[in-house]
This record gives sequence, C-alpha cells and structure tokens, in this order.
Amino acid sequence: MPEAFPVTINGATCLVAQGTTVAAAMLLVEQPSRISVTGEQRAALCGMGICFECSAVVNGTSHRRTCQILCERNMTVETDR
Amino acid sequence: MTRAEVLVIGAGPAGIAAATAASENGSKVVVLDDNAAPGGQIWRSATVEENNSPKRRSKDTKRRALERLRRSGAQVLSSRCVFTVEASGTLQTLHEAASASLVEKFHFEKLILATGARERFLPFPGWTLPGVFGAGGLQALVKGGYPVAGKRVVVAGTGPLLLAVAAHLTEDGAIISSVVEQAALARLAPFAASLWAHPAKLLQGARYRSKLWKTPYRTGCWVVEAVAGRAGQRLKAVRITDGARIWTEPCDLLACGYHLVPNTEIATLLGCAFRDGFVQVDQAQRTSLPNVFCAGELTGIAGLEAAMVQGEIAGLACTGRTDASLQKGAEAERIFSERMEKAFALRTELRSLPQPETIVCRCEDVTFASLRGYTGWTDAKLQTRCGMGPCQGRICGPAVEHLLGWKPVSVRQPLFPVPLQAFLLPE
Repeated sequence: MPEAFPVTINGATCLVAQGTTVAAAMLLVEQPSRISVTGEQRAALCGMGICFECSAVVNGTSHRRTCQILCERNMTVETDR
Repeated sequence: MTRAEVLVIGAGPAGIAAATAASENGSKVVVLDDNAAPGGQIWRSATVEENNSPKRRSKDTKRRALERLRRSGAQVLSSRCVFTVEASGTLQTLHEAASASLVEKFHFEKLILATGARERFLPFPGWTLPGVFGAGGLQALVKGGYPVAGKRVVVAGTGPLLLAVAAHLTEDGAIISSVVEQAALARLAPFAASLWAHPAKLLQGARYRSKLWKTPYRTGCWVVEAVAGRAGQRLKAVRITDGARIWTEPCDLLACGYHLVPNTEIATLLGCAFRDGFVQVDQAQRTSLPNVFCAGELTGIAGLEAAMVQGEIAGLACTGRTDASLQKGAEAERIFSERMEKAFALRTELRSLPQPETIVCRCEDVTFASLRGYTGWTDAKLQTRCGMGPCQGRICGPAVEHLLGWKPVSVRQPLFPVPLQAFLLPE
C-alpha cells in the first residue's frame, strides 16, 4: 500500500493515500467543495482545472482548484462558502 | 525571468512531442503545464499507483514519449497556469503549490500552443448535483485517488471518450450500468467502418469493447435528468430517453460529457486566426502569427496520434526543419477528425434539455430562463453575470453556443483568476 497520512476536511480528520488530490479526498468523505451563490452544494465536475466547481479553502486560502492540488500531511481543507 | 528559445504551453502528447523535437534539434526549450505532472489528460497519471488494478497495462507509448522528453533536455515546469501572454514574447504564470502561489515570468522567441481540449457540458435538470461529473472528469478524479469500486455508474454524452472512460472505470471496479451515446447508430456505423484505415484506433476500440462486453451501449439515447435522493443533495438515478420514451436508471454516479472543445483562450488572446472554431495552421503547424505554432486538439479534435504528429512537426518547424512523411500522416489524421466530428454531431433535441429553472452558468447560478430575451454575450453578461465567474465562461460558453447560438465575444487577461499579489510583484 502507498503511504497514508492524515488531512482534516471540514474539521474531521481522515487518512488519504499519498498522491490523492484534494478534490478526490473531498469526494471520498462526501464533503462539498463549495457552496454556490444561491446556496447549492457543489463538487468537482471537470477534474482538470477548468470548471472551478472543486474550489475550496486549502490551508486557509480560499478559491483553490482542489483537483490540481495533491494532499499533504496535516493539510486542512474546508468547503468554500 | 526565464528565457526560452522555444516555449511550449501544455505537456500533453502534442506538447511533449513538440518539446522533444525542438530540444533534440538544439533549441533551449521550456514546457509549462497546468497539471501536477506531464502527460495531459489522455496520459494523466494515476497519482495513487497502488490503488489501481495491477492488471492495468503500462502505457508504452506514454512511457517512451516521457522518457524521450526527459533525455531531450527540455525543461518541464508543472503546476504552472499561464495568465498573461504577449505575442511580443513574454508571459506570466502562477505556480500553484499547496501552500503558496508564485508568479513567474518567461520570455520566448517561439511559442508552441498545445493547450488541448476540455469536455463540452450541456445543461440538463440536476447536472449541478454532486455525483454528476464529466466523463473524462470522473476518470481524472479516479486517477487522482477517488475510489469507484462497487459504485454504479452511468456513462453518457457523446464521443469516443465514453467507451474509453467506461473501460477504465470498469478496471477500477465500477459497475457501468450503461453507456448512453446520443449519436444514432446510423451515424456511428460509417465512422466505425472507416476505422479500418486506422488500425491502432480500431484495436483500441476493440480493447474497450472487450472490457465492456456485458455493458449495454445505447446509441441514439441521452440523459434528460439527474435525480436527487431524498436529502436532495446527492444523485440517486438518471432519466434517459431514446426520443420516444423515458425511463429511470438508478445509479450512484453519472459521468456525462458531450465530446471535446478546444482550449482556445491563449490563441484568441494572442490574435491567432481561426477557422471553424479551431486555430488555423499551415503544413508546418504555424499559426497566422509568425512566431506562434500550434499542435493537437486546438487545430481540430483528432486524438492522440494526430497530436503527436502535429507536435513533432511544430517542434521541428521551430528549429527550421520539415519532414514530408510526418505531414502526410497529419493529413490522414485530419480526415479522421472530420469523420469523427460528423459521426458525433450533437442532435438538436439536446437544445431542449434545460428547463427554465435549470442552471446554465454554474459559477454564478444563472438559470436558462434568465438568459431569455438577450441576443448575445455582451448583454447577457452585463445583466445576468452569465460567464462572469471564475471559469470565465469555459463551461457555460460552449453550452450557450449550442443552446442559443451565441459565439464567444472576447478573452481578457488574466486568463485565470489570480490573487491580487500577482499584479503587485516587482518586475
């Protein structure tokens, strides 16, 4: 098995395998990446950095395209609201 | 400021071939790519290797291409998003790392655009629900570590990508309930027959079919609605039609994409001439600008082989070389591309998929009803904010073009949203 390490998504810590994108990790724990301007839950759509639906708060910075970012140990990720 | 004799944007098959050819012939080459690793979408690496089926064949063409690129000495810079570019020879990228974003400047003598394509999305009721993905989109996310083992997936839309995605998801343990292709069998049959002239593509098609022998391939059918479960937040089924009747298919995930559209933003901003929506190039892959070349899906959706041939031609052309046999190969691929466009042309019924309350612009939640009464982008943008969100119309643009016939009006810098600091840094 590849090395696994903890990341915190919306306050809950989970283990992800090395090489997991942040978008995949959010899908894994069924957390929306962002809340749309009218309040809908949204998750990744295009998977390749085009659509911005997977934008979330990564280590305190909002609007990050999570499908283009790999998880790192102890990273914190939150739904972009 | 990094200086390159040849700067390549995009590290998919076209960009890799271009960079390799230019570098092997003595140019100082830099390749910029938005993704975390070279390979583009078709050669996107599974980043979580061990999670994948050990049966997965290593892709020899990809491995050879990447190895040759490495040996050529071309410098590949990943996770770089180009946000400004000037034909005079400078561009800026945002280097996106997990914890910080850095702005970098590049100077080029010659530029090769190999920015590839994205999926075309068409709005239908429920398409914004979590659990609805692009077809290539879901495959990319699975390669990024999203497990789909045991999940029931409907793969829908149009284009040869659907079978490839279904085959790959099957390898990852997904249960493909059906592949739903909007093109009618009567259109697909002549296209399939024409593949005899392309043995590699025929073989690939046969491989996909053999993995999917139990999966229904429903031609002339399309998804009309994604249905949410009781909580209203997750997908539980899709409704499918053949034009005559509508039925419901329960599923956990929907992977739906309507073929591909080229990523033309940089070419448009530079002022390259276009023909039928694609960048116009000559036999040496030169655009209407003397120092800008273009290869791959930007010049016509033609797939892997075309991208590699065109990339090599462009890379050689940047170093003043030509190869007649390559150009002959490129011509054969162009004919294939035209046949493919015809076979997978979108049916008119897809224009009536959105209901008045269906969201068309996902960034700004603009509904189909609110676009009525406008005649084009300029009005609609000002009044509704359609296309004004972070994707800058990359998703709703091609959708609106199909639904309402509006052509995109302009591309502006920055090409992607960047933090304000990007503009505050010293030169």
